[in-house]
Amino acid sequence: MRYLLMIAVDESASTQTPEEDGEQMAPEYAAFAKEMAERGVLLGGERLRLTSDATTVKVRNGEVLATDGPFAETKEQLAGYFVVDCKDLDEAIEVAAKIPGAQHGSVEVRPIWEM
Amino acid sequence: MTAQVEAAVADAFHAEWGRVVATLVRLTGDWDLAEECAQDAFATALERWPGDGIPRRPGAWLTTVARNRAVDRARRAKLGASKEREVAVGASGEREPGDPVADELNDEEVPDDRLRLMFTCCHPALSFEAQVALTLRTLAGMTTAEIARAFLVPEATMAQRLVRAKRKIRHAGIPFAVPPAHQLVERTAAVLAVLYLLFNEGYSASTGADLVRRGLTTEAIRLGRILCTLMPDEPEALGLLALMLFHDARSAARVDGAGDLVVLSEQDRSLFDAAAIAEGHERLAAALRLRRPGPFQVQAAIAACHVGAADETDWAEIAALYDRLYDMSPSAVIALNRAVAVSMAEGPDAGLALIELIAPDGLPDYHLLPAARGDMLWRLGRRTEAAEAYRAARDLAGTDAERRYLERRCRDVSL
Repeated sequence: MRYLLMIAVDESASTQTPEEDGEQMAPEYAAFAKEMAERGVLLGGERLRLTSDATTVKVRNGEVLATDGPFAETKEQLAGYFVVDCKDLDEAIEVAAKIPGAQHGSVEVRPIWEM
Repeated sequence: MTAQVEAAVADAFHAEWGRVVATLVRLTGDWDLAEECAQDAFATALERWPGDGIPRRPGAWLTTVARNRAVDRARRAKLGASKEREVAVGASGEREPGDPVADELNDEEVPDDRLRLMFTCCHPALSFEAQVALTLRTLAGMTTAEIARAFLVPEATMAQRLVRAKRKIRHAGIPFAVPPAHQLVERTAAVLAVLYLLFNEGYSASTGADLVRRGLTTEAIRLGRILCTLMPDEPEALGLLALMLFHDARSAARVDGAGDLVVLSEQDRSLFDAAAIAEGHERLAAALRLRRPGPFQVQAAIAACHVGAADETDWAEIAALYDRLYDMSPSAVIALNRAVAVSMAEGPDAGLALIELIAPDGLPDYHLLPAARGDMLWRLGRRTEAAEAYRAARDLAGTDAERRYLERRCRDVSL
């Protein structure tokens, strides 16, 4: 089964710049990605820019409305994601728990709606 | 003959329902289908057993009928040859391809899938409420209406809860499996928590007020026994079963003829269920032999101290056990119980000193705290304060029987 693992962290919690955060976390994320790729579960994943760089788009009555910011103000923000292919939810939970961001943020495990 | 068959079917229902459903879930991967086919199998038993006689192994008979029904349904639903084959050989992927289910049913022992079912029902990805409802529906065979009544919610709400839970199992890929060794401790704790909640829900319901609620204690003990059979090396499962048995043994003595609460020290020991107490001691001894202590075992040891003669209760031992329990899982309720035990072992002033450490912030809405305080104050001769404490306890109490008891205490100490 495929799952989307969404990593949510509190953007305001870090005392460093996002670049410094990234540099600091890079080795851990590289190790995680390598392990999961070798296991054959990793299908993809990316780190995302901060929500201050987000733009929300909707179309109403044929008009494109673009606004600054994410679609919802929440305590934790989506910071990155992985797409994995796992045997079942237990394996997906085990993989999610190994994401470095799970140590300080949280990871939402969502099954992908297979068409 | 008919009455005898009905009794046999009822026995088989209690003994085999969960087992039939569990096997059907494994074979078909479809929880609704599994329940429907199990239901059909029991209906068929009612029709056939009067003429054919009660089968030697009712469980295997019922499982075979339910399995055949699943195959029939798959055929009738025109799901196509591949799906039908899937049902016939099992869809869980755990079986060798081509390994026919019929062979398995011809074996002397039908494998017991109930442990997988328990762990799946109590999977942490499901809400606690859903875990409880699923366990009662699929393992205990209670109807949605009965479960709704037991938890005091509308039937439609409970039906929705069950539908959502089963949908999540399917959509999120919750496995029908016993968890691997590294998750077993946590996941077992989740199963035990569900059983203990069932027991407490039933135990806290006043006798006679609602038989469905009282029935939850019976189901919890029944499921506890099954769990102990399936996990004989799990000391906390044995500890929980012993704990439930010790509590349940006292149920007839807990309320008097008028439905009023009788406190432990005044309970009539001759009303205690000796068989339940004997089994409790046996289970606790088996747990302790495994030498892996845990909170349920300690609580069972405490409960064991309370089923003996009232004047022989070893309060110092109980206080020491509460100390151990507090070390394992510190909570204000345990601290309160420890204070009560200390007040019995060393005197009311020692207990009161410990209670003052919890109150008032520790347990603001817990009626047993002011009730215990009232008792200690009364024993110290501080009657006005005792009456005040009992009044506060009465205002917080949750059941009528408790309110009446506390009202009575309030009057008695004011005399």
